[in-house]
Amino acid sequence: MTAIAEPVAARPPAETPLRRFWSEFAANRLALFGLAGFVAVATIALAAPWISPQNPYDLAKIDILDGRLAPGAVGMDGVRFWLGTDDQGRDMLSAIFYGLRISLGVGASSTVLAVTIGGVLGLLAAYAGGRVETLIMRVVDIQLSFPAILIALVLLAVLGQGLGKIVVALVAVQWAYYARTIRGTALVERRKEYIEAAECLALSRNRILFRHLLPNCLPPLIVVATVQVAHAIALEATLSFLGLGLPITEPSLGLLIANGYEYMLSGKYWISFFPGLALLAAIVSINLMADQLRDVLNPRLKA
Amino acid sequence: MLAVVIRRSMQSVVVLAAMSVLVFLGVYVVGNPIDILISPDADQAERARAIAALGLDRPAHEQYLVFLGGALVGDLGRSFVHNMPALKLILERMPATIELALAAMALAIAIGIPLGLWAGLRPNTASGRAIMAGSILGFSLPTFWVGLMLIMVFAVMLGWLPATGRGPTATYFGITTSLFTLKGWAHIAMPAFNLALFKMALVIRLSRAGVREVLPMDYIKFARAKGLSARRVLWVHVFKNILIPVVTVLGLELGNVIAFSVVTETVFAWPGMGKLIIDSINLLDRPVVVAYVLVVTAMFVVLNLTVDLLYSLLDPRVRLAEVKA
Repeated sequence: MTAIAEPVAARPPAETPLRRFWSEFAANRLALFGLAGFVAVATIALAAPWISPQNPYDLAKIDILDGRLAPGAVGMDGVRFWLGTDDQGRDMLSAIFYGLRISLGVGASSTVLAVTIGGVLGLLAAYAGGRVETLIMRVVDIQLSFPAILIALVLLAVLGQGLGKIVVALVAVQWAYYARTIRGTALVERRKEYIEAAECLALSRNRILFRHLLPNCLPPLIVVATVQVAHAIALEATLSFLGLGLPITEPSLGLLIANGYEYMLSGKYWISFFPGLALLAAIVSINLMADQLRDVLNPRLKA
Repeated sequence: MLAVVIRRSMQSVVVLAAMSVLVFLGVYVVGNPIDILISPDADQAERARAIAALGLDRPAHEQYLVFLGGALVGDLGRSFVHNMPALKLILERMPATIELALAAMALAIAIGIPLGLWAGLRPNTASGRAIMAGSILGFSLPTFWVGLMLIMVFAVMLGWLPATGRGPTATYFGITTSLFTLKGWAHIAMPAFNLALFKMALVIRLSRAGVREVLPMDYIKFARAKGLSARRVLWVHVFKNILIPVVTVLGLELGNVIAFSVVTETVFAWPGMGKLIIDSINLLDRPVVVAYVLVVTAMFVVLNLTVDLLYSLLDPRVRLAEVKA
């Protein structure tokens, strides 16, 4: 009896879509590396207030006499600054942790908003057709013919600085990519039989759009969104570096790098160097994941 | 063909008009035009006079027509900071930006195509993989940070190249550029490489994909069967065919390079349009910002129009689709 029971116990678990997706994703070691990097960066960003050696924006905790210390130096009160300090005597390691929090937060929230707005408009364009479609897609085409940085620059020149304003600018830049992506998929999906079946059941239009059409349009949207999160983070850093993004009270990684610019020429590299490495780690890990997601979720490559 | 030209030209005019309305709304209605257009040093009487002179006491649609009328004859206001017409200021800075953009493009092609060819011919070797990994890095590296690192290594640590600014210019054959002087080359090397990095990654990927696609073709097999040397097959038969997509994409990307030069120019203090716009935004020199937006929009509209028309000239399928639409 035991001889028969054994192979039953060894039977692999039932293949669910999620398990299949995971095994395909995990087939690429670089993608796993990217995922691990992203989890690390995201954890640091979320846990920044608890794991930072110092609260970099509590003026009582920082000492200007500790200003511009090299990495590994020991400060006035015996604390070691592993990545050095900036001109205000702020611990760079803590500033980077908090900066990651702001950079990732801005990137993620602008992407969620842009996916929602672009997704709904794209779906509407595909399903409604006619004039609505022409209008939405013309705006998308025209917007995509201009570089993202130019549109964001103009918007911020008009709106001014601020956390909310940079999110608005990033959403305005990105929604068109999602609208175009989801419209393309939805145009193919809406001709399929399950939509026809749903229409025959006299389901409401909203129910067909959001419960039937939308879930089937998600895979390409996820791929585009992953790539765009990385773009949003890089764009926010660039705009903050140019002095157009976030104010000095909410220093993202871009602002930390800009802050070190003037000290660079006197050889104090660490103020700009380490925040840049953190930014690079975030962007590269997301890009590595996106590369593999594109391969896994693209049905054309599976043939 | 004429129908397509007329249709696309009209569309371009609509885009320009829409942009001018948006910019007008942004600067004159959302912002306070008095703060924006009148120097903060002015006293009460001067302010009143300026408000009347600028027509700011008139209704918004009349103000827009005045603004549009000025824009059509090239009058986009005066810079407060430089005290000269905003349009003239921008046109003065334009050659430096175009010089940088073209140098970056040339560099991207000169480095990107050979690397892409190499990676395409030897896809499974260590060097081929290293080139591809490098191109992913080229896409991911934030431009401004790379610029700073270049300054740190080549200007601060090694002292080989000047950190900022543009070299002296010289004029030959009616062209004035810093590329005609040796110092000019030293100054442009880092900014051009920095701006080229992203495009270089793109060129590497395009030419590698091109090689992978062309190599299995019959005409390559035939050329080899004819007994042509490997070098001739590569440089004549493969190279010519991968150039088509590379040139197309680079043509489309030229505008993008000019837009992105904002970042590189700021890092290397390169005296072009991009640095001007950032300085103007930070100094609240709004007439220059408005003029820049309109000039760059016009530039893009013309660029897009040209590319679209060239396409419909080259590809009859595009032309037919446009006429049907």
